[in-house]
Amino acid sequence: MLKQIEGSRAVAEAVALCRPQVICAYPITPQTHIVEGLGEMVKTGDLAGCEFINVESEFAALSVAIGASAAGVRSYTATSSQGLLFMAEAVYNAAGLGLPIVMTIGNRAIGAPINIWNDHSDSMSMRDAGWIQLYADDNQEALDLHIQAFRLAEELSCPVMVCMDGFILTHAYDRVDVPTQAEVDAYLPPYLPRQILDPREPVSIGAMVGPEAFTEVRYLSHHRQLRALGLIPQLAAEFATAFGRPSGGLIRPYRTEGAETIVVALGSVNGTIQEVVDEMRAEGTAIGSVSILSFRPFPLAVLREALRHAKRVVVLEKCLAVGLGGIVSDGVRKSLSGVVLHGYTVIAGLGGRAITRASLRKLFEDAGRDELQQVTFLDLDADLVSFELERESRVRRSGPTAEALLRRLGTVASRIG
Amino acid sequence: MFQIRIHGRGGQGVVSGAELLSVSAFIEGRHAQAFPSFGSERMGAPVMAFCRIDDKPIRLREPVLEPDALIIQDATLLHQVDLFNGLRPRACILINATKGADELGLAGFARGIQQYRLHAIPATDLALEHVGRKVPNVPLLGAFAALTGVIGLPSLLQAIREKFPGPVAERNVAAAQAAFDLASRAREAVDA
Repeated sequence: MLKQIEGSRAVAEAVALCRPQVICAYPITPQTHIVEGLGEMVKTGDLAGCEFINVESEFAALSVAIGASAAGVRSYTATSSQGLLFMAEAVYNAAGLGLPIVMTIGNRAIGAPINIWNDHSDSMSMRDAGWIQLYADDNQEALDLHIQAFRLAEELSCPVMVCMDGFILTHAYDRVDVPTQAEVDAYLPPYLPRQILDPREPVSIGAMVGPEAFTEVRYLSHHRQLRALGLIPQLAAEFATAFGRPSGGLIRPYRTEGAETIVVALGSVNGTIQEVVDEMRAEGTAIGSVSILSFRPFPLAVLREALRHAKRVVVLEKCLAVGLGGIVSDGVRKSLSGVVLHGYTVIAGLGGRAITRASLRKLFEDAGRDELQQVTFLDLDADLVSFELERESRVRRSGPTAEALLRRLGTVASRIG
Repeated sequence: MFQIRIHGRGGQGVVSGAELLSVSAFIEGRHAQAFPSFGSERMGAPVMAFCRIDDKPIRLREPVLEPDALIIQDATLLHQVDLFNGLRPRACILINATKGADELGLAGFARGIQQYRLHAIPATDLALEHVGRKVPNVPLLGAFAALTGVIGLPSLLQAIREKFPGPVAERNVAAAQAAFDLASRAREAVDA
């Protein structure tokens, strides 16, 4: 059924259609509307057979999900930013134990300085925790990926994060097609756990493992994720057949045939990138883009195939590895081992800075002339940076950086972009 | 694609306004995208929301930088926010005010303001009369429907009824209708 609803609502409805049995959550912007919506559905009885557990922190939220999942029920939670960091220990535990929890990340920057807006720093910080990480291009995909995520998680016995851009998607009203309960039931069978805490057949989950088998436990996690490289496209194809629309998969190439320049990115910025690609293609520029939908497992082989004939690859990242540059770029370069081309990293959209068509257009033109630095910060206010560097060089007790920048900028309420 | 930017203050229903516009367009079978400016919204603080309407799926995710229409819910923002930034030629400006452009001193804020179609709508008065609260968003949308034709009044009224519970919906419907009628008369007067 077509609906014009907020992204968070779309995800809440998708999760409800997956018949979760335990949802536990702690509110944090911009994810809050999702679990508020689910809480309401549990309370009204629209989501039957589900217990909504209010907890005192994100650490508790995921810990309860771990307990519930180990007891054999389908479990879900959601968080953002600092909330994910507060969960960190449990994030690793859920993966290490192989519990198929699904968690939405409403992507948001990490402080300090405190910032509620979108970038990918939160989910990227947990990229090696052992969870599968899927990124949605738009709200329809966010909705669809949740349905695929439960299936994927339970087939592999591995937790899955579905990442969607905070505010840009979570708070946007868009047209989405919400499937029926019968359609979702036909795609997603009831949860059959591989491991279960059952007093009638007692087992231990989470034993101490020494050097004799720790490597093998980890290898098997890696093996599961490598299996996911085959399973993710398979589930996406089944989804397309069952629901009549393509959604998910490993990557999404866009006009890459014959492209000399290919832009690689994750999440909602791909929509804006595609607009610019169309503009430049219409003028005869050989440019295309690739959206990475599965960041863990990282799709090395298909990415290589999509990129290897290009002259240059621009990786646009909403996250910064301080002191290095890009995070996604590392994987992209690994995928292109032995292929000779120009590789550029662009850090963009940090802490909610708008990524505009105009800025992307100029960026891609500079890239086309190979006039980009290896690492570029899109729309960096160079004057502001110089001012602060100069000030800090003059004054030993220069005080806090963030506050000095804000003072220099003055009021920002008058800005549009 | 038609792009709308709504300016107001926290508590005036700026975000709901954009949402209602998008739902109205959706009811008419069109594609629409509405989203807030993502500030730390507080009562009274300047707030923005955006809406795009098109006949094909909307992929663009940047803020509305070049609006075809501007809805200003609070005239005091003229002194605080660069409201007219990026406005397209012949754009339609709706401002919640009981005075005209000259009395508001708009010429000082927007260069070449004469190339825009500016309409002052007493939206707060209409809201107080029909809704009983100072929420100018719905009357402004009624006027927007009359002046631009981008959305039809019936779909706006349906969107209002879907969003608000019974009696509140009907009060807002009355406010939208009144603003629509007022703006239609003003438009006829200009056209005549």
